Amino acid sequence: MTDLVVSGLSAVLLALGCLFMVSGAVGLLRFPDFYTRMHAAGVTDTLATFLIICALMLQAGWSLALFKLGLILLFIFFTSPAASHALAKAAQHSTLRLEPGSGPRAVPAEAVGGQETQPAEPALEADAANGDRA
Amino acid sequence: MRYSLALFVILAFIWLANSGHYTGLLLSFGLVSVFTVVAISQRMGLIDHESQPIHLAGGLPRYYWWLFTKIVRSNIDVVRHVWRGPSTISPVSAWVPARLHTDMGKVLYANSITLTPGTVAVDIDGEEILVHALTAEGLEDLRRGEMERQVRDLEE
Amino acid sequence: MLAATIIALLVVMALALARALLGPTIYDRILAVNVFGTKTVVLIAVICFTLGKPEFLDIALVYALINFVSVVGVLRYFEFRSGNSFPVVGQGDFSGDEGGQAND
Repeated sequence: MTDLVVSGLSAVLLALGCLFMVSGAVGLLRFPDFYTRMHAAGVTDTLATFLIICALMLQAGWSLALFKLGLILLFIFFTSPAASHALAKAAQHSTLRLEPGSGPRAVPAEAVGGQETQPAEPALEADAANGDRA
Repeated sequence: MRYSLALFVILAFIWLANSGHYTGLLLSFGLVSVFTVVAISQRMGLIDHESQPIHLAGGLPRYYWWLFTKIVRSNIDVVRHVWRGPSTISPVSAWVPARLHTDMGKVLYANSITLTPGTVAVDIDGEEILVHALTAEGLEDLRRGEMERQVRDLEE
Repeated sequence: MLAATIIALLVVMALALARALLGPTIYDRILAVNVFGTKTVVLIAVICFTLGKPEFLDIALVYALINFVSVVGVLRYFEFRSGNSFPVVGQGDFSGDEGGQAND
């Protein structure tokens, strides 16, 4: 009886994890620029990974595999924000640089900072569109 | 001494969880390697309240639970925006205040922001964090300071 | 259910690979490679349970470590290569040439 409950729960968690993961990957392809894609990647790194590893933990039961899965989960949760931050920080050295202190992108269009990002945006989208066609 | 002991316990746990062979010889090898790592870390001056934040341990479970519910909520939010299409998002970046007393608190706060999908901490300068958010509501939510208050509760 | 998860993981990895090929900037590619790497870790863990060999989990653990170090290493390289010259190192350098090659 408990076996049935555990395997059912694990299947539900796996299905939910797959759903979140595929959604994140679709966002990775669908969103318009680098920073928004980073948010989509965050979905696959946090909740999707958590759900799938938890489902595996349920299947593992009380064994050494449980601790190892826990270590993997802990490690992914500790390194994922560090990697994301390193990525965002490195992107500050390119044309993707965010102008500090700005509100929504649309507002400072005629400001000095706007000249850097505004031409970059259509180029990004044009490239992505070209890639889709190719 | 307290911090060395904490490091010893953590390393011993990782060794035991990864080994799977509990014979006398291998256990003694594990003990020797754990002692060597603790000794080297001590010589390098790596062991202090920043690398072993045991004073935070008491409040951590409550904070992690709160962070987990927050992560689940913002995940669902981001996934909804993914399926509705890029026209529903409003990417914005702004400096968000981080009025925390310790560097540890600031690191925790910035990492929590990045771990939550929909907001990414890009840069930190004094008492402010440059945040890029997927939607204007996400940034407003951060500005309201719920997460900041949780981190401040944790470090006190 | 495990088999379905493996298929979903492979689909996600294919989508990440598509993003890595499309670019358009170098950072999009690194982001896609990072996603690909973390999904590989999960894939190895799921494969362990499909095959019923929990000792393969060590491989997933080591892969997680290597993936993190390699992503940060590559990022450091590009961070210092571009230096402060962000108006010069621009879309043309990364997207135009590389994007063309990747698509050809």
